[in-house]
Amino acid sequence: MKLSGKTWKFGADVDTDQIIPARYLNTIDPAALAAHVMEDADPTFAGKVGEGDIIVGGDNFGCGSSREHAPIAIKAAGVSCVVAPFFARIFYRNAFNMGLPIVECKSAADDANTGDVFEVDLAEGFVINKTQGKTYESAQVPPFMQNLLDAGGLIAYTRERISKQP
Amino acid sequence: MGMTITEKILAAHSGHETVVPGQIVDSDVDIALGNDITAPIAISRFAEAGADKVFDTKKVVLVPDHFAPNKDIASANQAKVMRNFAKNQKIENYFEVGRMGIEHALLPERNLTLPGDVIIGADSHTCTYGALGAFSTGVGSTDLAATMITGKIWFRVPESMKFIFRGVKKNRFISGKDLILYVIGKIGVSGALYRAMEFTGPMIDDASMDDRFALANMAVEAGAKNGIMKPDWKTEEFMNSQEISPGRDFTQYESDEDALYHSVYEFDGDDIDLQVAYPHLPSNTRPVSEATDVTIDQVVIGSCTNGRFHDLKVAEEILRGNKVAPGVRMIVIPATQKIYMRAMKEGLIETFIDAGAVVSTPTCGPCLGGHMGILAAGERCVATTNRNFIGRMGDPKSEVYLAGPAVAAASAITGVITDPTQVVTA
Ligand code: SF4
Repeated sequence: MKLSGKTWKFGADVDTDQIIPARYLNTIDPAALAAHVMEDADPTFAGKVGEGDIIVGGDNFGCGSSREHAPIAIKAAGVSCVVAPFFARIFYRNAFNMGLPIVECKSAADDANTGDVFEVDLAEGFVINKTQGKTYESAQVPPFMQNLLDAGGLIAYTRERISKQP
Repeated sequence: MGMTITEKILAAHSGHETVVPGQIVDSDVDIALGNDITAPIAISRFAEAGADKVFDTKKVVLVPDHFAPNKDIASANQAKVMRNFAKNQKIENYFEVGRMGIEHALLPERNLTLPGDVIIGADSHTCTYGALGAFSTGVGSTDLAATMITGKIWFRVPESMKFIFRGVKKNRFISGKDLILYVIGKIGVSGALYRAMEFTGPMIDDASMDDRFALANMAVEAGAKNGIMKPDWKTEEFMNSQEISPGRDFTQYESDEDALYHSVYEFDGDDIDLQVAYPHLPSNTRPVSEATDVTIDQVVIGSCTNGRFHDLKVAEEILRGNKVAPGVRMIVIPATQKIYMRAMKEGLIETFIDAGAVVSTPTCGPCLGGHMGILAAGERCVATTNRNFIGRMGDPKSEVYLAGPAVAAASAITGVITDPTQVVTA
């Protein structure tokens, strides 16, 4: 799968409280969550992010709480993918489970400026910064997680598991 | 080659003789936990997967603690989704308001979390139960849904890091919270990313169970998958002292001498002072002696890190005969009903109220900026909680300083961040 979009750059250690502050966790409605996405990192973000845009994070993106509302808000805001040097553990797992593409690529994330256009090739494992004319290799997705993605996420995978039960 | 305690537990739950870091295992789960914020999403996913019943009505645990007692209409509706699910699925361990507590303090009290268990929870501080010698880790709601259905979850076996605490603590106010803040200050918020943090050494042997829970609780703040320590006589004594005995068999594991570690850190009690983590990361630590001239508006003593009985007891001793400084709001939140009751019987609540503090029913409340003590722009709080991220306790322009209960109580009296040894004799 290839994705292409305009980037929005953030710093290191963007935690899930910044991605979706707890004051909005009294709902699980994706659109309501998307209205406040990244609010405590950039209060104007929800108003400017467009369909297909790409979030570029710093080290340890998504640290903190286990709230799945964070990847849900990002996905519902139209963001096609998140690129960062590395992700916090639970965020990484959550993103795969619910089908939000995330890519570990340190140099692409370090070099990027807000507004650069990225092309991300998930299957082949590279990121192109079209604005700067640079190509980067991204980290391989572990085979088990690739299977999970191919199955359509953890719920689809579990549905298969149930149907195989006697 | 030997195995670590973490590897042994994962091997035993996935039908392997041995496992090695990096290996993907399909593990049995002993307890799967959700709360009023994370369970509603898991419940929708459960339905999406076409499931109609949970794998075991005893092993799924649901606790309304974050926005409960319900803080507003939307929260009430979410709590209702979970309550109805618990009722329809005949979940035995659903704890209603009035019988609940903050999940990570409540489950050990009910002997639901046992040594040698694999425990997952849709809450990042599920790592707390590592204090009992269990492998326990936080996951998201979709993982919780899949586990509620199948009783299984996949893990990548983590590498382990060993943290040895030698010597003895410098003064009696040094707590498990200070040890873990000290470690996070050394290795950073991603210093243990994807790994197991194993805590050992004489200072851990000496530590109370309440201190051990606080220590394991914050492993996630260093990015770890789990925090763990070997069970001992204190673990057994803790389990035996609960009203309810364990309903399952359990196994006490410990690491082999020749187990392999990613890295080994050794610390000495002489070097570990009372700690304060400045905004906006738990790794922004410094000794309390270097935290000068920080005036505060609020003090919170509570949470799954430091809302246990001994945490309240330390704070009470410092507050006894003193008053909360004018201009400071002090909020004390016993983590469970049982802790609340004991604090009342032993006179702690009276001391708090005499000093000018409020005492709340168990709830996560202010810890995550939910309710019961939200900060306004520009306000500062010393909290015994575990996160001081931007906006964590309220306005994005407010500030949270993390500390143990002794520093928090001393600071409430003076209105500035204070070393408790300045207020009472150590
Ligand atoms: S007390 Fe705070 S950290 Fe602990 S479970 Fe509740 S919100 Fe999370």
